Amino acid sequence: MPDRGGPAQPMLIAAGLRKHFPIPGGGAVRAVDGVSFSVAKGETLGVVGESGCGKSTLARLLLHLVRPDAGELVFDGEAVGAPRGITLKELRRQAQMVFQDSASSLNPRMPARDSVAFGPRVLGRGPAQAAAEADEALRRVGLDPMQFGPRYPHELSGGQKQRVNIARALALQPRLVILDEAVSALDKSVEAQVLSLLARLKRELGLTYVFISHDLAVVRHVSDRVLVMYLGSVAESGPADDVFARPLHPYTRVLLASRLSMDPDRRVEQAPIVGDPPSPANPPSGCRFRTRCPHAEPVCADRVPSPGSWDGHQAACHMVHPGSGHSAAALAA
Amino acid sequence: MTGAAPLAELDDLRVQFGAGPDAVQAVRGVSLHVMPGEVLCLLGESGSGKSVSMRALLRLLPPQARVTGGVQVEGQEVGRLSGRALRALRGGTAAMVFQEPMTALDPVYTVGQQIAESVQQHRGGTRAAARARALEVLDLVRVPDAARRLDAYPHELSGGLRQRVVIAMALACRPRLLLADEPTTALDATVQIQILVLLRGLQRELGMGMVLVTHDLGVAAEVSDRVAVMYAGQIVEQGPVRDVLRRPVHPYTRGLLASVVRADGVEAPGIPGSPPDLRRPPPGCAFAARCPAAVGACSAAVPAEQKVGPGRTARCVRVGESVAA
Ligand SMILES: Nc1ncnc2c1ncn2[C@@H]1O[C@H](COP(=O)(O)OP(=O)(O)OP(=O)(O)O)[C@@H](O)[C@H]1O
Ligand SMILES: Nc1ncnc2c1ncn2[C@@H]1O[C@H](COP(=O)(O)OP(=O)(O)OP(=O)(O)O)[C@@H](O)[C@H]1O
Ligand code: SF4
Ligand SMILES: [Mg+2]
Ligand SMILES: [Mg+2]
Repeated sequence: MPDRGGPAQPMLIAAGLRKHFPIPGGGAVRAVDGVSFSVAKGETLGVVGESGCGKSTLARLLLHLVRPDAGELVFDGEAVGAPRGITLKELRRQAQMVFQDSASSLNPRMPARDSVAFGPRVLGRGPAQAAAEADEALRRVGLDPMQFGPRYPHELSGGQKQRVNIARALALQPRLVILDEAVSALDKSVEAQVLSLLARLKRELGLTYVFISHDLAVVRHVSDRVLVMYLGSVAESGPADDVFARPLHPYTRVLLASRLSMDPDRRVEQAPIVGDPPSPANPPSGCRFRTRCPHAEPVCADRVPSPGSWDGHQAACHMVHPGSGHSAAALAA
Repeated sequence: MTGAAPLAELDDLRVQFGAGPDAVQAVRGVSLHVMPGEVLCLLGESGSGKSVSMRALLRLLPPQARVTGGVQVEGQEVGRLSGRALRALRGGTAAMVFQEPMTALDPVYTVGQQIAESVQQHRGGTRAAARARALEVLDLVRVPDAARRLDAYPHELSGGLRQRVVIAMALACRPRLLLADEPTTALDATVQIQILVLLRGLQRELGMGMVLVTHDLGVAAEVSDRVAVMYAGQIVEQGPVRDVLRRPVHPYTRGLLASVVRADGVEAPGIPGSPPDLRRPPPGCAFAARCPAAVGACSAAVPAEQKVGPGRTARCVRVGESVAA
């Protein structure tokens, strides 16, 4: 597939993406509420955040599987859905998604091989060639095509189904792959295999990934940059190593403190944060994290902290913006 | 564990799907037990038979599954239970939290209706009493604002809340055995640790026995007393969690531990290759083809389960050497 925009052109730019789901009877769930970022070619952007913070909705917006209410998407220099931009059909060919819910994203009446061969068929291959490419894709994800090719979804374990999904996305030879919790159902040895497969494909084919996962160690391992989301907006973004080593946002710190110890003698006695995030239908004023933040001050309720610019290491927290009026910011300034 | 009777026990469980040469031998002789008040974690490769073994404990396998071997819960042979006794077992004596939480909840009923329904079915009593119990268990699993949540539909809840509701439902009839299949796999880190701390607390408080399936060694380290590691339909190693995580003896367990992407994000090597075709499992050790320590004897016959320490067993021809190592 041609690299139209050249290496300096980001693979994907998202600016001010917004999706509110109307609630019957009034109001709306603000699933994604003004999210901006860019992903360079050959880079992996990791996306983390609490359940319900809008990660899957964001992923769907990137392919226009749900229509954004506002915001712009630019794929390799071409605006998505604009008159002279890239068509949705072309976008969905060059960008593939692996869905979170592996069970329901496979056709229950189709054997694994046929599900995977669907992509090459769409690309114009004959049936025999498509089946051969499907087998190759299955092999790549560690599934023996002779053994698993003829199986229906209900005859596969959770992890096997997810690998069929990954094989199906790869068989379409995409440039951008959006992986929504794609390895979460896999056991560690298969996960390590799939991750090294993804890394190899990235090197060999120059693939670009948006990698959504709640496994922080995995995100750190695969990502060049990370985006930390909270309640529909970006809390922090930056180079993966910086964000993990020097988290700026209190939410990111809580997230990192929630990691498991791997040591039976150092079990977590108390969860670092309790309760659930507030309803995205009615997010708190000002900083969305303020209702659970140990550092919240009046300014946090009054003003929305700026998310900062798109590159470097940024956090949407008044404490890191000198002159915001937060006492910690005054000290930092 | 001195002489007390196990709460649940599998004895040489074998489960096969289909018939003839293409039958899948999903479980190939699994023996394990869990004591009252104990937490056992089932770890292992995807497709190794963890979910199938759990389902066998409650006789929840599809009709095409051919099951042999002993399955006992509180001394009763599950395979021989009548319809009524079976209903008392499922959701009464024992309860299960399934791998896919959404499938456990019915989208057209409120959370309160579903929990109350299950309570009435197993314990009888009035609707009001069942609803009161529903509120009690939602409180127990720390659902904030539980009284209001009783009237919520599943889709109105976040993933974390839904999982807590599923756990509440499982706990509603005061089970003595809780089976949880990947209960936190779909949850993010902040909710996962809350649910694990909660499960551990409830398990202790209520004195339940628990079998927890997970592929996350971190989860096993957080909650389990003992772990059993499965590979290709067999348990290859079991023992106290500390011993197994610190000094694994089976090469598969060692590979699994080395596969964990560490907190610092350093690349994990994984285990090259893939598990055998369960339609034609090899005559010897199922891990031999991928094992860095394999010798000729490994492929001759399935290695016997050997005792390798207090409460520890492993199935590996070279286990004597690796214990010494
Ligand atoms: N089609 C929809 N209609 C109404 N609300 C929706 C819809 N899809 C998602 N939501 C809501 O939008 C919010 C964000 O959901 P989303 O699935 O994007 O979260 P997520 O970050 O992927 O969570 P998880 O980690 O649990 O997968 C949630 O409150 C969810 O209930
Ligand atoms: N109905 C069925 N028909 C045929 N094979 C089946 C059926 N159900 C399960 N299997 C096979 O049995 C084996 C064990 O499946 P099981 O679901 O127990 O795996 P698991 O250890 O729970 O894996 P995971 O970690 O991926 O959930 C798998 O190889 C699976 O493909
Ligand atoms: S802006 Fe205020 S409430 Fe928000 S994270 Fe920073 S200190 Fe906490
Ligand atoms: Mg999601
Ligand atoms: Mg399973």
